[in-house]
Amino acid sequence: MTDRAALHDRLAAELARRTPVAVATVVRGEPFGAKLLVLPGEILGSLGGPGIDGAVVGAARSLLAAGRSETRPYPSPGGEVEVFLETFPPPPTLLIVGAVHVGQALCAAAKPLGFDVVVVDARAKLATAERFPLADRIVQAWPDEAMAELGVGPNWYVAILTHDPKFDEPAILGALATPARYIGAIGSRKTNEDRRRRLADSGIGPEELARVRAPIGLDIGATTPEEMAVSILAEIVAVRNGRPGGMLTAASGPIRGAIPGPEPVLAETAAP
Amino acid sequence: MKDVLPDIEAWRASGKGVAVATVVKVEGSAPRPVGAALAVSDAGDLAGSVSGGCVETAVFEEAQEVLRTGTPRLLRYGITDEMAWDVGLACGGTIEVFVEPVAR
Repeated sequence: MTDRAALHDRLAAELARRTPVAVATVVRGEPFGAKLLVLPGEILGSLGGPGIDGAVVGAARSLLAAGRSETRPYPSPGGEVEVFLETFPPPPTLLIVGAVHVGQALCAAAKPLGFDVVVVDARAKLATAERFPLADRIVQAWPDEAMAELGVGPNWYVAILTHDPKFDEPAILGALATPARYIGAIGSRKTNEDRRRRLADSGIGPEELARVRAPIGLDIGATTPEEMAVSILAEIVAVRNGRPGGMLTAASGPIRGAIPGPEPVLAETAAP
Repeated sequence: MKDVLPDIEAWRASGKGVAVATVVKVEGSAPRPVGAALAVSDAGDLAGSVSGGCVETAVFEEAQEVLRTGTPRLLRYGITDEMAWDVGLACGGTIEVFVEPVAR
């Protein structure tokens, strides 16, 4: 097997393990096509010498942390070379609380977007691999207990879909105790107001409550589980990309990239 | 590139040669960002994309050459007068695409 194929196989294996990894390739100049694989504790391959390798590894690590890929120029004995630094940060995780009908549609729609999907529900009849064939993990447990054990981090997105206060309120409290990037909870405006009042009465402050996006999703009039999955995922993608989530015809400026400045205010939840 | 990995693995498993084309630079506006990838097999399979469809057929042909020779290539596509009606990006940007063999 060629070095190139071996490096590719290693990359594929590390990506399957969710390792944060970067690949550097000389795309202009010599040694044209040479590759370097940057793993957390290991470097494989070379771009021609320790000088350029060292510089590229440092750049690759910082680009990986920033979640960006780019081509950069480097000086070399034979003149300037250009190196493509491609980074593969670990994928985001979507935590679906409530193995309900909307959850099934959400799981199926989230996988093609690159999310790892974890489904949590205490109800053994609902939380099954048959109902969630694409889920990476299914946890039969109470949401708040599961949440404490799952290690929910800043690259996690939590969609609380149980439709039942005895499940969803502990789930919201559990999610608020984590640094999850997104917390959304299903429910009508009335359900949401009642829930918000109960959570406030139990001592949850307005800043904490403002982290909870409820009613969940973008305003597209979704009614079926599949449409609701689109609405919820659209909101999650917008949050992930630092965008407000309106219609592009109503906006101006670049279509891609985060909009600078503070995060869009949640009008619904910011009000007292 | 991650999105085309399952296709690459399937093609390799059936003994096909595989090349991957990756957008490594974007100047101006382009349909797909840096990192977008098109995988191509020597049996004519295609997965993913490096543009919205504007240059895929040209990249496919280049990828076949890369598979034949085993040597990577750096391609550059943009709008020029002579290219405007041939192969190019309608949105006016320029992209650089690196094509390399993964398995032959």
